[in-house]
Amino acid sequence: MASYRATHDTLWRRIALTPTIVVFLAMSILPTLNLMAMSVNEITWVDGKAVWSYVGFTHYARLAEDSLLIAGLKNTAIFAIVGVAIQVLLGFLLAWAVSRIARGRVLYRTIFILPILVPGILIGAVWKLMLNYDFGLVNGFIGVFGFHPVDWLGTRAWALPSVIMVDIWHWTPFCFLLLLAGFESLPQDVQEAARVDGAGTWAEMRYVLIPMMMPVIAVTFLFRLVTSLKVFDEIYLLTGGGPGSATEVISYTIYRTFFTQDRMGYGSAMSVAVLFFISLAMIGVLMAGKRGRNAA
Amino acid sequence: MMPFEKRVVPFFHLFLIVISIFVLVPFLWIIAAGFKTQISLLQGEIFFTPTLASFREVLFSRTTEFMDNTFNSLVVATASTIGICFVATLGGYAIERLGTSRLLVHALLGWAIVFHMVPPITLVAAWFPLYRELGLDNTYFGLALAHVAVHLPMALWLMANFVREVPVELEEAARIDGCSTPYLIWKVIVPLVAPGLAATAILTFIFSWNEFAVALNLTAKQTATVPVAIAKFAQGYEIKYGEMAATAALSLVPALAFLLFGQRYIVKGLTTGAVK
Repeated sequence: MASYRATHDTLWRRIALTPTIVVFLAMSILPTLNLMAMSVNEITWVDGKAVWSYVGFTHYARLAEDSLLIAGLKNTAIFAIVGVAIQVLLGFLLAWAVSRIARGRVLYRTIFILPILVPGILIGAVWKLMLNYDFGLVNGFIGVFGFHPVDWLGTRAWALPSVIMVDIWHWTPFCFLLLLAGFESLPQDVQEAARVDGAGTWAEMRYVLIPMMMPVIAVTFLFRLVTSLKVFDEIYLLTGGGPGSATEVISYTIYRTFFTQDRMGYGSAMSVAVLFFISLAMIGVLMAGKRGRNAA
Repeated sequence: MMPFEKRVVPFFHLFLIVISIFVLVPFLWIIAAGFKTQISLLQGEIFFTPTLASFREVLFSRTTEFMDNTFNSLVVATASTIGICFVATLGGYAIERLGTSRLLVHALLGWAIVFHMVPPITLVAAWFPLYRELGLDNTYFGLALAHVAVHLPMALWLMANFVREVPVELEEAARIDGCSTPYLIWKVIVPLVAPGLAATAILTFIFSWNEFAVALNLTAKQTATVPVAIAKFAQGYEIKYGEMAATAALSLVPALAFLLFGQRYIVKGLTTGAVK
């Protein structure tokens, strides 16, 4: 290694890193700073020109009382935690089943991957039609069993569960894929040893598979949690945050404040607050992960 | 007696077939809906006489913009994929080799993770005023650049992983033979990470093709991509369900093509880094 280090080409290191650093600077750090500046200003448009007037931290003070924002935070948390927990559980069962069969693995995998590759907005469009009160397939299906049609997306009680259901349909395949890769990378000899020692399916699952899969399960959960907190496309088409604020999620609140209400200063404050809390949560999760690894 | 494992296999298949049906039915239903007339669709008919009217309307009518939207999506997805592959290959290589200081590497990868966690809509909020100032809104370049930024964290992460798998000995051998850094990257590293690069490219392309939140706010009529067009269909006062279904069915084509011809790479890209 030492001899190799000596040949390091400082000029080319700089050249190779430049594009990455330029993109990061221009597209994330600079805009974030701009966002912070905007958040302490009221921005109005006069003759197509932005006019800034300093208002201090009044936007931030108002955030805590914004009922829509609070509803958005609450719904996002429920959406992410409930949805992802079910996705990981279902994905685990699917991956386990696929890893145990000899024939048809590739076929099942092909079918299960499909929803991951399809635009989120398309998933929204498909399920908007599927869940339609009058002609949707879901109401047609439950009608066969004598149930009355349900206005899935239009009633307060059903809207959030319906949206979570669509997300489960959309993203369980992703969990399945990661967990299947996990199952396939497990050493076979440990499982065989457990079986030779007379472990039944349940014991093998409880004492061998789940402990060995734990790191992959944790990564899958984290990956999904991160994307789930960002949800926007499906909500945009399915419910637009409604009815009322029943499916309001944080991305949608920011979108509405910033782009449809044109409250750029206040919307910026909201974005900065979200950025701040996400970074905080991130640090928390990493610290917990580190402690978990040290303890293990 | 058959071992327990053998006896339960039929149940595994039953479970997997039921789930497969759940996955496939919405797709089949939306494709079928594309072939229905508006009336047949609204009545929820299961048996119907297929008609091409909706598809014809979407593809060839005077008012349709589907072809323009598809062209826009193609331009933006291709441009951002090329951009990302270039930036991420160089960046990933510099991060793993070339002796970049650990502090800088951690700062870059750490920022990439935070950046990846942030909802795209907060980024659009940050870009929008700057874009307006610079006249980048409603341009291919502006949207492609935004897509490069959104998907660079993932691509950088993947490429760093793939470069790490290249044996250092190969590089050393090339160096001893007098290979310069750019030549080394082009003739040694790129060929060796080619499968990984393909995985990164395919995923980037798909994600750019599918991306909605950024495209919605940074494009207007001339540059609107397919997802933006689909959203438009669903929002008019009088929703044209048939055309919406036909558009949806048509926009499935790239996903299906990638699934059939590039599945190996998709799986590689999606699972790299998750399983170690």
